[in-house]
Amino acid sequence: MTRFVLALQWSGRHSALDPAGPQAARIDSLWQFLWIVSAVVLAAVVAALLYASLHRRRHAEPEQAGAGTRTVVIGAVGLTVVILLVFLGLNFGTGRALTIPPDGAVQVRITGKQWWWEVTYPGNPPSYQVTTANELHVPVGEPVVVELGSSDVIHSFWPPDLVGKRDLIPGETASIWFQADRAGEYRAQCAEYCGHQHAKMALLIVAESRDSFDRWLARQRDSARTPADSLARRGQEVFLASSCVMCHTIRGTPAGSRIGPDLTHLASRRTIAAGTLPNTRGHLAGWILDPQRIKPGSRMPANPLAAGDLEALLAYLETLQ
Amino acid sequence: MRAVSPSEVTRADDQAVREELERTWADRPGFIGWLSTTDHKRIGLRYMITAFTFFLLGGLNAGLMRLQLSRPENDFLGPDAYNQIFTVHGTTMMFLFAVPMMHAIGLYFVPLMVGARNVAYPRMNAFGYWVYLIGCLLLYAGLFTNTGPDAGWFSYVPLAGPEYSPGKRSDVWAQTITFTEIAGLIAAVEIIVTVFKHRAPGMSLNRIPLFVWAMLVMSFMTIYAMPWIASASLFLASDRLIGTHFFNPAEGGDALLWQHLFWFFGHPEVYIIFIPATGLVSQLVSAFTRREVFGYTAMVLANISQGFLAFGLWVHHMFTTTVPQLGSSFFTATSAMIAIPAGIQIFCWIATIWLGVPRFRVAFLFVLGFVIVFVTGGLSGVMIASVPFDTQVHDTYFIVAHFHYVLLGSLFPFFGALYYWFPKLTGRMLSERLGKWHFALFFIGVNVTFFPMHFLGFAGMPRRVYTYIAETGWGDLNLVASAGAVVIVSSVGVLLVNVLRSLGSGAPAPDDPWEAESLEWATASPPPSYAFVHIPVVEGRSALWDRSAQRPVVTGLRTNVRDTLVTTLVDAIPDSRHYDPRPTTKPLLAAIGIGVTFIALMFTPWGLPVGSVVVLIGMIAWAWPDRRSYAEQVAYEGHA
Repeated sequence: MTRFVLALQWSGRHSALDPAGPQAARIDSLWQFLWIVSAVVLAAVVAALLYASLHRRRHAEPEQAGAGTRTVVIGAVGLTVVILLVFLGLNFGTGRALTIPPDGAVQVRITGKQWWWEVTYPGNPPSYQVTTANELHVPVGEPVVVELGSSDVIHSFWPPDLVGKRDLIPGETASIWFQADRAGEYRAQCAEYCGHQHAKMALLIVAESRDSFDRWLARQRDSARTPADSLARRGQEVFLASSCVMCHTIRGTPAGSRIGPDLTHLASRRTIAAGTLPNTRGHLAGWILDPQRIKPGSRMPANPLAAGDLEALLAYLETLQ
Repeated sequence: MRAVSPSEVTRADDQAVREELERTWADRPGFIGWLSTTDHKRIGLRYMITAFTFFLLGGLNAGLMRLQLSRPENDFLGPDAYNQIFTVHGTTMMFLFAVPMMHAIGLYFVPLMVGARNVAYPRMNAFGYWVYLIGCLLLYAGLFTNTGPDAGWFSYVPLAGPEYSPGKRSDVWAQTITFTEIAGLIAAVEIIVTVFKHRAPGMSLNRIPLFVWAMLVMSFMTIYAMPWIASASLFLASDRLIGTHFFNPAEGGDALLWQHLFWFFGHPEVYIIFIPATGLVSQLVSAFTRREVFGYTAMVLANISQGFLAFGLWVHHMFTTTVPQLGSSFFTATSAMIAIPAGIQIFCWIATIWLGVPRFRVAFLFVLGFVIVFVTGGLSGVMIASVPFDTQVHDTYFIVAHFHYVLLGSLFPFFGALYYWFPKLTGRMLSERLGKWHFALFFIGVNVTFFPMHFLGFAGMPRRVYTYIAETGWGDLNLVASAGAVVIVSSVGVLLVNVLRSLGSGAPAPDDPWEAESLEWATASPPPSYAFVHIPVVEGRSALWDRSAQRPVVTGLRTNVRDTLVTTLVDAIPDSRHYDPRPTTKPLLAAIGIGVTFIALMFTPWGLPVGSVVVLIGMIAWAWPDRRSYAEQVAYEGHA
């Protein structure tokens, strides 16, 4: 039934009940057991309640409890215990299967920040390390281990199609593993209340073939190139001369602050403002001019740029492929 | 003191006794009387009205939230307003409505149900109410001055800590909690001592009504749960106000410590609401099936075991944190285990209805609604005891659906009890016709609002979001939920109309309109200040149904001083007499002192010494023997 309801509602949208990976699938099959048993129990209780209420309304005198009543009540309690034991067994089985990550997994580190995600792929040698934001690329069919941390308050990482959630707690390190069996884009949204913009803190997970993943990762390792055309070059000057550099990094330029997202390959990302808007020129312009209108409380201040400067800056940012 | 039958006491005597009791127990007239009363019925009613007022305000918050979420990217409320409103909604419903309301019902009805003239420690009772009222006013003063707490009713650190919540918002939360903790602890002590020492003779422990048992278990739970939140909120306040680092990982503190402390209180808190609700259901089931509840002993043991188990499952709120997997399994088992006593209760009620003769009055309809809604919430509760399943739905709208089913499930018996006890409280009957509308609208509204939220959870909608983008596809079901909220609001509107109409022109209520079993129905509606002309002697588990033709009562208590009976703990054998203190405004003074202390502490550490002096003055004045009490006491001791 739930599948039916969800199919009506969310064809093509993310859902814990339309698993795209082995873990979400295991949890989904546990859910199948849970909802069927629950529906039966609820129906039985409601039927018993209504039958007990209606079966002898015309009789005038209440009855003494006989041995029969006692047996039925004790039997019902016994059945409850049996159902709970079966539930515990299935639950422990599922839990064990989900916990231990397989060897040879892709390693990623995600740090939660108010209100965006920093994504880091460790490199060997260390100069191969890749830092990006709000977008996690993974190869299809391969396990991925995500190490989770936070640099401010508690956040929670949750891609419902792939796996359950795990909290990012300052002072603690947690990890979670998952695997995407279908190529596609999956949305993960922060699930632990983290302040003003908890609502607009999403992460896009892009599951793609091993080849495209490797290509993507290799490209992300590169530093930004100095743009060829003059408008974009002027844009770079605008970037470096304005308050942008106080927070952002663009590798290959002097901008190296790590307060805000790394913008080295901004133009390759599909969304901006942590999954809030599609990464188009218009949205980017609106975001740069007045982030507070789109995400009130966001840490990014308004940037009242002159029209010419804004155009140049956008041209530059679009070169950051 | 001996048991005699009323036939030995003539009617004329009775009238004289009534008049003298009224003179002895009446409050002073006018506003001073209103401020100084120590009558548990006046204070209990006041408590209920206050808690209900805050229920309406909390509901208003919920209405604003549903309006905001009814469509994607709505700009009715911004994040700043929404975050305050959802925090105040949760804080109100838990700390200002649900728990105080259950305490209030207990403070009003427990003394009547055990045949006592007043609650134990009546001045402390007044003190508790005033402290609670200060807490309520503080929270809403905060909200209306844009200083409403905005870190959630659970105030997780570090978000609620000094670095990420500057300003006074989280301080308002912490101090509101402090006030309600004090009030809650006081109510718990009052109820325990009243039940243990002020029962009518003959009401041995195995004869006290199931609601009284539930209140007793709930009161013990309050006493064991409150110190945890008290420590936690004290640590939080110290982190915020005097620079300690209990919760700051950078300085060796621990962010998870808060969660352990909070949920070690927070989970029992849910049962502190639910257990009295089961007591209400038991009273309603027996009254409306004309049969004592099947399995009395099993029902009592179910409540007691819930009380114990409730302290063993707090970690199920933390399955997605870094708590070890193996440890979590233990909490899965305990969480699932609590379904066993709940199952026992449900099956015993159904057996009672089966054996009894159901009368489909409004109060009974609410019992039926309770079973359906509560079992739905209980089943989703078992589901989320599973660690793997919980990792999917934790902190999503599935959980919002789950706990609203459980808590609004517990609101059904509360509404049922309102129809049941309203005649006793006011001397007027509520309209059954409007009551049926209230029930139908509420039942439909709850299901339409909260059932779709299960699906929103699966679809990835996290809790506590002030908006969502259209692409998520959450819009339709949110609109349905908001429509359901309109139905809930209209059902509460019908209730208010019913109450106001009844107060104005309702049918006068007889002493015992439902022919129910317990002692509160053995006195007038509303009860006089002295509760009972003669304290009854109890002869069976259903005090009024099991009494013999002689109807024995206690004699020998003085009527010209506030004489109360103290009985033994287990068998309720008359043991001694206790002089009930006279009304006074001094508890109010002490409460104001507490209020000054904690509110000033938000701004300066000097609040502590200055406020403490006011508290001390209030307490000394409170304990100071006044001339008239002293004279009465001497006269009283002389006669004893």
